[in-house]
Amino acid sequence: MRKSVLCLLLIAALSVVPVLSLSSCHGKGSLPDFQVPDEFDSSRNYEITFWAKNDTNLTQKNVYLQAIEEFESLYPNIKVNIRLYTDYGRIYNDVITNIPTDTTPNICITYPDHIATYTTGKNTIVPLDDLLKDSKYGLGGSELLFDGPSYDEMITKYLDECIIQGHHLGIPYMRSTEACYINKTYVDALGYDLPETLTWDFVWEVSEAAMKKDADGNFVLNGEKVMIPFIYKSTDNMMIQMLRQKGAAYSTDSGDILIFSDDTKELLRTVAEETEKGVFSTFKISGYPGNFLNAGQCVFAIDSTAGATWMGKLAPHADISPDKIVDYEIAVMSIPQFDPSDPKMISQGPSICVFNKTDPQEVLASWLFAQFLLTNKIQITYAQTEGYVPVTLKAQQSEEYLDYLSRSGEDGSLYYDVKISATKILIENTMNTFITPVFNGSASLRDAAGQLIENTVKSVRRKEYSRTDDYFAGLYSSISSLYRLDQLKQAQSGSGSFRSDLGRLPKTSAALIVCIVLAWTAIGVFSAAAAVKKKKNSKNRQ
Amino acid sequence: MKKFAVIALALVLLFSLASCQPAGEPAPGDDTTPDEKGEGVMTYAEYIAADMDARVVVETYVQAKQSWWEDKATVYTQDKDGAYFLYEMACSKEDYDKLVPGTKIRVTGHKSSWSGEVEIIDATFEILDGSFIATAKDITALLGTDDLINHQNEFVSFKGMKVEASTDADGNEAPFLYKWDGSGEEGDDLYFKVSSNGNTYTFTVESYLCGKDTDVYKAVKDLKVGDVIDLEGFLYWYEGVNPHITAVAAAK
Repeated sequence: MRKSVLCLLLIAALSVVPVLSLSSCHGKGSLPDFQVPDEFDSSRNYEITFWAKNDTNLTQKNVYLQAIEEFESLYPNIKVNIRLYTDYGRIYNDVITNIPTDTTPNICITYPDHIATYTTGKNTIVPLDDLLKDSKYGLGGSELLFDGPSYDEMITKYLDECIIQGHHLGIPYMRSTEACYINKTYVDALGYDLPETLTWDFVWEVSEAAMKKDADGNFVLNGEKVMIPFIYKSTDNMMIQMLRQKGAAYSTDSGDILIFSDDTKELLRTVAEETEKGVFSTFKISGYPGNFLNAGQCVFAIDSTAGATWMGKLAPHADISPDKIVDYEIAVMSIPQFDPSDPKMISQGPSICVFNKTDPQEVLASWLFAQFLLTNKIQITYAQTEGYVPVTLKAQQSEEYLDYLSRSGEDGSLYYDVKISATKILIENTMNTFITPVFNGSASLRDAAGQLIENTVKSVRRKEYSRTDDYFAGLYSSISSLYRLDQLKQAQSGSGSFRSDLGRLPKTSAALIVCIVLAWTAIGVFSAAAAVKKKKNSKNRQ
Repeated sequence: MKKFAVIALALVLLFSLASCQPAGEPAPGDDTTPDEKGEGVMTYAEYIAADMDARVVVETYVQAKQSWWEDKATVYTQDKDGAYFLYEMACSKEDYDKLVPGTKIRVTGHKSSWSGEVEIIDATFEILDGSFIATAKDITALLGTDDLINHQNEFVSFKGMKVEASTDADGNEAPFLYKWDGSGEEGDDLYFKVSSNGNTYTFTVESYLCGKDTDVYKAVKDLKVGDVIDLEGFLYWYEGVNPHITAVAAAK
């Protein structure tokens, strides 16, 4: 008797297991679609996690901490736990690691490129389209306990930069671009006048002029053995901006990789030629451009406007000992252009994304905090820490911010002139900025763009470079392989909640499952019937 | 079961100590093989004489490991003649675990200089037979001299250094800072200033090399301005001398 019951239980279990295991392969554990709750339930307590990034800058950290304190005083039932990073890449890696276990933070500071990869987890990221325009809790909503920007008070261009796969998957937090920080004293000494708009030809020409040496092998310009006239911090940006300025292809919006082209080859040949002359290097190869600039060992240093406080003889974040800093006049200009009449520069800077959770109230609490980061006080104080600009018109047009911009040079910290000059470059060129297409894998493409330059420069320095097509074929092949760009299309088609939701099971799979269930059920029925028959026979024998 | 637990615990302790104690196993100065270079391998003098960006091949011994990240290892190494810093050398996690202090390796890469730190980059390696652990060389007297850079990356010691006040971003004096400007928190690099003969230097506890649970990390957090201490570490360079400290004790 007991054996028969056990047998039946086993059969039942066996019939269920395949169904469960198949269904688990097909999206079990993914989060539900987020629906905006009608009301925020303030009777409950929430604890949310915020992964933030600061540029090794205490003031930025303090802005975050102050924001949390003020937010918690408005919403005492929401506790915000912050985890600070100094590297976007680390946040990205940690998020990726935590997606499979549903242990992502509630909110994080990130790049749109990274958000695109986060969407490989189904419903991992909350689409903000409905939240942004929600009359109660959206931008400028009636139920907010703070004075945030309305939808119309956001800078549309920046807001649109967070549209990924057709949805707002993030909101901008700060924006920056790149600037060229110039030792104007050296440019003057070389007999050049800075043009109204910097061009690549001008930068190369002046850089070559800076290479003149005296009989002892010292550079005439600084009397030292070290001079790298032109140093670029982010070579990925360098390649991306050069291509855009040339009107050359980089990628399609849908993720086709177009960077391995003849246009790229020509740009790399120029980089190689200038490297051979000794005029060009990169951050990864030589060090921080600002350090060389401040030490009088560089003429043109290109870095983010958010690195402005490291630049200049009075830089508040100078990273070399004071005795190494030279006395020089600094000029801050837009990056070099191929066509000065049609300048183009990258828009970059941190954005914010909100992660989905099983509890929509928790998501709403996260959204409230994310939105709080767009309020004027936070926007302005954070922007003032570096050459960032606020992402809202409400902040940019405020009296307080305009006053800040007007006081350039009043001191060496809050009103540090280099920082405010860098900020103004972006404000004045907002319409000349661009972003690259965002798709799952666009972060890898960006890395590859930079690595093309890094490898070319290294090849020249190691005397392994040749202008031949064979060299570039090898370079393209190795970079494509290194960043798995050849596998991108496959990855894109196999993942992404918005791009390729697996949806319902195929009919053949469903039929197979039904057959398995029926087969095991039949086995179960026959076994049960056999057991009953056996029992009856046994009773009859007794 | 108890035996297993004891052995496991002992192994954990051993590895945690080794992670921040270059002079762990084998004993300092241990030298089980003659320091002969293989064919095509540079001597230290040849390495120093090589041009920047040149391809270099050296045989050296692991002294400490800083980090492993995406199949790249950053390692402090040294032979009897000098030291070599290996930055982001191609290395699987499995091989990284084999790189215990003393391990002899042949490294092929390119000589490079980043912010003054001479290192080998884009390197590969193979493990060889042999073992050597460097003894910390007292270079206190070389601080501030041109000769100091000749010991770059070596395992060194400093005696009788006085802790000086650092200034955080709020203008407060502190014996150490989390990160260079005090913007960090527990677990980040520690920066502190020490002086000798009237000159002040910035020393660092590199958090990847010696994390928050190591003795040196805790010891630096306990420092007071004015303390006189002895230190050991690797003579790293960043825009000037910037040793990565691995041990701190009250001056003897």
